[in-house]
This record gives sequence, structure tokens and C-alpha cells, in this order.
Amino acid sequence: MVEIKTAEELNKKYLREGMWPTIFCNGCGIGVVLEYTLWAIEELGWDMDKVVFASGIGCSSRLPGYINADGLHTTHGRAIAFATGIKAANPDLNVVIFTGDGDCSGIGGNHFIHAARRNIDLTVIMVNNFVYGMTGGQSSPTAPIGSVATTAPYGNIEHPFDICGIAKALGANYVARWPVSHPYQPIKSVKEGLQKKGFSLLEFLAPCPTAYGRRNKLGDIKKLWKWYDDNTILIEDYEKTMNYGNEKEKEEIKNKIQIGVFQDIEKSGFFEEYEKLMMMLQEKKTTGEKK
Amino acid sequence: MKYTRDPELIRKVLGKKVQFILGDMACVYGGILAGCSFFGGYPITPASEVAEGMARMLPRVKGTYMQMEDEIGSIAAVIGAAWGGAKSMTATSGPGFSLMMENYGYAVMTETPCVIVNVQRTGPSTGQPTLGAQGDMMQAKWGTHGDFEAIAFAPSTVQECIDFTLEAFNLAEKYRTPVCVMADGEIGHLRERVIIPDEKDLKLIERAPATIDKKKFIPFTNSQTRKSKVPDFPTFGTGYRTYVTGLTHNEKGFPATDKQKDHEKLVKRITSKISDDADKLVMVEEINLDDAEIAFVTYGATARPAESAMEMGRKKGIKIGLLRLKLAWPFPEKVIHKLAKEVDKIIVPEMNLGQIVHPVREYVNGECEVVSAPKIGGEMHLPNELFKYLEGK
Ligand SMILES: Cc1ncc(C[n+]2csc(CCOP(=O)(O)OP(=O)(O)O)c2C)c(N)n1
Ligand code: SF4
Repeated sequence: MVEIKTAEELNKKYLREGMWPTIFCNGCGIGVVLEYTLWAIEELGWDMDKVVFASGIGCSSRLPGYINADGLHTTHGRAIAFATGIKAANPDLNVVIFTGDGDCSGIGGNHFIHAARRNIDLTVIMVNNFVYGMTGGQSSPTAPIGSVATTAPYGNIEHPFDICGIAKALGANYVARWPVSHPYQPIKSVKEGLQKKGFSLLEFLAPCPTAYGRRNKLGDIKKLWKWYDDNTILIEDYEKTMNYGNEKEKEEIKNKIQIGVFQDIEKSGFFEEYEKLMMMLQEKKTTGEKK
Repeated sequence: MKYTRDPELIRKVLGKKVQFILGDMACVYGGILAGCSFFGGYPITPASEVAEGMARMLPRVKGTYMQMEDEIGSIAAVIGAAWGGAKSMTATSGPGFSLMMENYGYAVMTETPCVIVNVQRTGPSTGQPTLGAQGDMMQAKWGTHGDFEAIAFAPSTVQECIDFTLEAFNLAEKYRTPVCVMADGEIGHLRERVIIPDEKDLKLIERAPATIDKKKFIPFTNSQTRKSKVPDFPTFGTGYRTYVTGLTHNEKGFPATDKQKDHEKLVKRITSKISDDADKLVMVEEINLDDAEIAFVTYGATARPAESAMEMGRKKGIKIGLLRLKLAWPFPEKVIHKLAKEVDKIIVPEMNLGQIVHPVREYVNGECEVVSAPKIGGEMHLPNELFKYLEGK
């Protein structure tokens, strides 16, 4: 059993003092993602000397700076590719990536897709706030249709990116989506993702009152956070209703965002296969020489 | 598996001491000899043979080869691997080099040792994919945004592809900065005899790892253990818990994006750690310069026809010599200035419309005449074309 620590003890153990206060606005969901991640790490009892956090650029990508561990704050969209190199050089390290929806699914989409396809042993924690927060509220690839942004002043007309859907299709070993508004399932899920060998994606739906909520008239911080409860539904409940519910029930949930674990499989990843290849080549060489 | 350089295994995999190989392959040999254990790349002519060679050889020496999704990912993975403790490199050509520019600057700003081989082809844009050029020489120096000091080699022979790639790793480690090997399609696709240097003759420079007390360690300042502006390297996973960012940062590595003093201090340190050593870094070859009245100043493949033209000139009694830049950046300012005082004319042949001729003019500073001898379109200068410049035509 892990011993329950107070928030203060946790802060002392995991946070980098010199970096406070954070850049996050009041009511921002990003800090909560950090909290869930650190709780999960605490419960796993990981040695923070062997954890590396990588990130791209954006509000969410500032997270590694606050953690007392090795951190690589890279360029916009590229964190997963950088992290691939870290893991290649030292497979003993646990490499966790914090990224935003723009960082991961926009500019970094290609790296994301290929890391998932290779099933590289990384954990990607994507904070989806439906918007480019750091640059002041431009539209993002995950922005819902109709949502207003500085660059979508008349409402977004693009279809949003379902990042979990694509990760699942690519065969990533672990794929889950959670809103930040409740802690227990997400913390358990982060733990599963961190422990999973192969590629894990955790998408967090996180409010951004400053650049998204306000412009989309989603109310004050309290109301905005409630939006996530009202507009999400567990995958299992969604499927049950869609299979067995009546038309009215189906209509009610059809536009809700599904949350939960979309995929949990064990497929070998790139570095496992590479290791085998290296062994095979070493053996081949010695037998080859005997001939 | 974490990599340890195994000289015996490397020799076994590289094979015979004397070989007849491609310039691109020679870059592979140079990297592997230096202890490169991570290569991330993306196919592009005329550099693909570097990736192909690495794909064959790296797993056999227990290093990691990865074909990345593009060149942005390649250089990113290479930088990540360096922080994970590896010596790492990538290889590309013009279009890929352009894609790498943002992260090239990231490596500069975060003081990450790594090697970029650019087997140059003609541009702009897709240009002439199979034909050589020297059109990216200025890009290596100025291509990423902001102020920085570049280090770039220019091999003229296949042997130099081995030697300079190895030396590129040495300088990358010494200065903690990305180093370019600016080969060209001509040299990359040339097959020549090479001699693989013996282990005992190799001079390998390894990065200085952080060793001091973790609480006292300051990651982005002058070394705390040596007299150097290059900080000791806190490899990820060794307990130093370093925050590395491409944002302007203070000595601790924390963002200091609105602080003029921190920015100036940081950028002046990471540029002067190289420029302070500019004189030590000079690598030139001087031929027939003692009595020369005219000099070719050239580099890379172009040095070869220039040498032939020089010989033609000497036979006709023209006092012509040649200065070849083995290291194009940092630019050998003093060497050029001294040469300008000794000769009447400097001719700069290049496979571009005139790039290195600009710093030549800057450091000649009016002391002699400077003539640009450009040629583009993927064909090398012919010796007699260059000879004509000697006759003043
Ligand atoms: C190459 C490049 N293009 C653009 C930018 C500007 N930029 C900085 S953050 C950002 C958007 C970040 O949005 P997201 O990833 O969703 O993160 P958030 O700030 O919402 O957490 C952009 C476009 C940049 N830094 N680099
Ligand atoms: S702009 Fe939005 S995402 Fe960025 S810190 Fe503020 S609330 Fe959070």
C-alpha cells in the first residue's frame, strides 16, 4: 500500500521550487493534469531520477518545467520525435510527453502518427482544450464544429480531429480519454498508461477559460468545468444506449464525447523488435565466422 | 540496450583497412568510428547512401538506426538521443536541411552535441536531386533564426568524409553544439580509396559529463570543473534533473524570456565559446602559396578542378597557389586577410552563384582583388574553365 501524502508533501517531492508560480490562468485545467500524473507516479513509486518529461510548445507543454526531474522542452509539435531519441539512447528511462491538442494533432501530427504506428514505448499525455491557448485563442484541429476562435470568428467549419480514434487505428497499446473534472478514473488510467510497454496515449479534456470558455460563452469557471460532466459519456454507457436505448435516449447522447479506455493491448514495440534484430545479427556473425 | 563503444566489434563490421568506397559510405565509417550510436534519417538523394549504410552497420555495432517520418523528426530524435547519452547524427540534402533548420537552432540554444551531414545538391527547392552543388554553405551559417556560431566542415575527398565526420563529432562534443559536414553530391557519390585509421591513431573527444555535487551543479554556465565556457553535460537519467529549453534561459535552465541581460549573457556565451577558439579551429590546406600572385580560395569538390587549373597555370609560369578551406565555419578570417596582403588576386570558385566569396571579400577588406568564379546546374567546374580566370578572361 502506498502511504497517503499530503498535497504539501507531494509538492515538495515532485515540484521544482524555483519555477513557481506557474504561468497558468485561474480555472485552467492543465495543472490538474500534472496533479493526476504525479499522483499516478507516486502510486507507482517511480524513481524520479529515471523519468524524463518531454514537451513541445504551448501552455500545456510548459508542464515539465514545474517537475523536479529531467525535462526537455522542445520545439512546437516535435516532442514525440525528440522523446523517441531519448528512449533509443537509454531504454531504462521512462519517457513521458506532455503536449497540447495543437502541438500533438496539428503541427506534430506526423510524429504522433508514426510513433503510435511504431508502438514506441512512450507515454503521451495530450491536454485537449480545443484551442491554441498560448498564442491567444486561435482555432485548433480538435476544435468542435461551430466553436468560436480568434481565427474562426464566425464559428469553426472544420471537422475535429479524433486523436484517440487515430491512435487506436494505428494499434497503439493503450488509448484513453478523460475529462479533468474527476480524479479517480484518470489517475488509475495514467498509471496503466505509464506502466504499459509500447505507445500509450492519454487525452485529457481540460478547460481553458481564458482562450476558449470565455469566447464560447461557456460561463464562469465553475460552469465551464461542469460542461465537461454534461458533455461526456463513458464508452460503455454510450455503446449500451446506442445498442439498446430508445430513439430519445440515443438522440440525447449522440453528440457527447466518449471517455474511457479505448484500447488496452499488448503488441511488441519498435525497441523490442530492434533488440531482437541486434541479437540475431550478433549470432549470425559468430556462426558466419566459424564457417 | 545502452551502447558502449566496442573498438573490436567496430573493426569487424567496418572490415578491411584499405577500401574503395563511396563518399556517403565514408561518412558512415567516420560516424561509427567516432562512436555514433544513434542515427535518425530520412531518404534523400544524394545522401540516402548514408542512411542505407547506417541501416546496415549500426545494428551490427549495437547502435540504433531509425528511419524517421521526416527530417524534422530525424534531427529531433538525434538531439533527444544526445540528451539520452548517445553520440548521434543524421544525414540529408538541401530540402531536408531546410526542414531541419528550426531544430538546428534548438541544438545550438540547448548546447546539444550532434552531427548533421549535408550532401548538398542543387536548389532552390527540389532542384536537381542527383546533382551536386555547394548552395547551402550560407544556410549552415545563417539558416536558423537568431544569432549563433556555426561549425561546418567541407570534405574534398572520400577519405576526408571519414576524417571530417569523425572530427565533426569531436568538435560537437568539445563545444556542445551541432556540427555540419557540408559534403556535396560530387564527393558523396564519388568512389575512392580510403584508409581506415587504426584505433591507436584515433583522437576521440568525449563530452565532459557533469560530475559535481548535484545541489551545486549549474547546467547552463561556464564549466564548473574545467576552464571552459562549455558547461559539463548532465545526461538524462544521471540524477541531475535538468530542465532543457529552447527558450531564453538563465544559468539554471529556467525560462527568462523577458530578461534582456539573461538573453545577452546566454547568447554571448554560446557564440563566444566557439569564436574565442576561432584561431585554433582553423583548418586549411595551402598549396604553392609561398610565391603566389594569384590564389584560388576554394573548398569541397571544387577544390579538385581548381587544383588542376593551378597546375596548368604553374606549367605556363603563372604564380598561382591554392588555399583550401577544410573547415568553412568558423571562417578563417586572419588567414584570408594575411593572404590578401601577399597576393594580387583571389579567385573563389564555388558550385553556387557566390557564397563563400562574401566572407572572403569581407576579410580581404580591399587588400587585393576578389573574383567570384561561380558554376551552377550540377556540373563541376572544368579545369580549363578555371584556368581562364588565371588568364584574366
Ligand atoms: C513552429 C512554430 N509555429 C508556431 C508557434 C507559435 N505557437 C506557440 S504555442 C502554439 C499553440 C499551442 O497550442 P496547443 O498545442 O493546443 O497548446 P495550449 O497552449 O493550448 O496548451 C503556437 C501556434 C511556434 N512556437 N512554433
Ligand atoms: S490560456 Fe488557457 S490553456 Fe493557457 S494557461 Fe490560460 S487557461 Fe490555461
